[in-house]
Amino acid sequence: MVPFAGYDMPVQYPTGILTEHKHTRASAGLFDVSHMGQVKLTGADPAKALETLVPGDIQALDVGKMRYTVFTNDQAGILDDFMVNKRDRDLFVVFNAGCKDNDLAHARANLKGVEIDYLESHALLALQGPAAVAVLARLNSVVQAMSFGMGATLALGKYEAFVTRSGYTGEDGFEISVANDQAEEFARWLLSQPEVKPIGLGARDSLRLEAGLALYGHELDPTTTPIEAGLNWTISKRRREEGGFPGAAIVQQQLKDGPARKLTGIQPEGRAPAREGTEILNSETGERIGVVTSGGFGPSVDAPIAIGYVATQYAAPDTPLSLMVRGKALPARTCKLPFIAKRYAK
Amino acid sequence: MTTRYSKDHEWIRLDGDVATVGISDYAQSQLGDVVFVDLPAKGKTVAAGAEVAVVESVKAASEVYAPAGGEVVETNQAIVDDPALVNRAAQTDGWFVKLKLGNKADLDALMDQAAYDAYLKTL
Repeated sequence: MVPFAGYDMPVQYPTGILTEHKHTRASAGLFDVSHMGQVKLTGADPAKALETLVPGDIQALDVGKMRYTVFTNDQAGILDDFMVNKRDRDLFVVFNAGCKDNDLAHARANLKGVEIDYLESHALLALQGPAAVAVLARLNSVVQAMSFGMGATLALGKYEAFVTRSGYTGEDGFEISVANDQAEEFARWLLSQPEVKPIGLGARDSLRLEAGLALYGHELDPTTTPIEAGLNWTISKRRREEGGFPGAAIVQQQLKDGPARKLTGIQPEGRAPAREGTEILNSETGERIGVVTSGGFGPSVDAPIAIGYVATQYAAPDTPLSLMVRGKALPARTCKLPFIAKRYAK
Repeated sequence: MTTRYSKDHEWIRLDGDVATVGISDYAQSQLGDVVFVDLPAKGKTVAAGAEVAVVESVKAASEVYAPAGGEVVETNQAIVDDPALVNRAAQTDGWFVKLKLGNKADLDALMDQAAYDAYLKTL
């Protein structure tokens, strides 16, 4: 157990990170992500209000759908990244644990006419992997009809839950918001299913890294813009044209001229992992051209993998680089993300 | 051949002039799945307490320190080819290096099995 954003969290269960990681890709893994901040936004037009703080197209969201977006600051830096779900009577957002206090203060100070409820009453469980749908369908077969990015309030047997078909592993799966007083019993039921094993923070990180998914505080922070981070796809044509979110002019300029640096996948050529903070060099001149933001070993790739920012001229796939690991310049190449094929349900 | 331990969880076992060095079973269990080891070149001389190798698990990179000073006379290619051997057999086949000791008295500063077991209970 380790302290994480004020919570005691398991890094791994007794079988270890490699086994947990591979189990999630082969079957189903259960993650307790109750430390994340579940927040309900209500009011006359919370989507329109939220768009004053995010570049995402929230007004175009249909009921039952979800969208990934970020809070930006006036420099177009990212304050947090999160999912927004449009439900019948509200917007349901899930903030990162380490950001949620600041996010709530930011939202309360800036979202006029919006009521903001932090759902301390609810736990959040993620069931991830190819067997997740079969497991959850034992409680309610409706989940089989949900496509990735859909959400619905469902009775899962005796448990009342808001279920989204989503996740942070590159696999099919679900995130399930359930009342605290039902959460433990529900989690134990899930764990009693033969396909399901509990998964800790270690494998959560290696799974998302292989899937090329950004982690706040690593790839994303107040000094990185959505364009540098490769999140152009989260900004619709209307939002690009209209702006109207903090730092919009910088985002528009970077969309037009290209950013000075870009996030890229990095494939080391040897077996040595390059961890966060590893300097990235021009392989010929030795000039410093970037830094690794997340790096480690990809259990499913069976090789070291990394993500980092490089000067834009080096960001094209298959560009040779050097990684400074313990004083040695190790050869590597940029590569497309993700490192594994995503297997989301269509 | 007695095995002695450092507070950093390396073990060392002397046979004649040459000592075999590895990480303890406790250390491998704390590291978790080992995925990479970086071993020194043969002929390198290391001081007692200096870094002699690096071991990386899925979680993190950790240094392996020489429990006693000496010259590296052999390294274990088996753990380079199969890093998980460190998890399976930390105190036998999963050894890291063999050192020709400069001063066998370095070993006197280390813990024997009973002292190491007692030390682990304090952690």
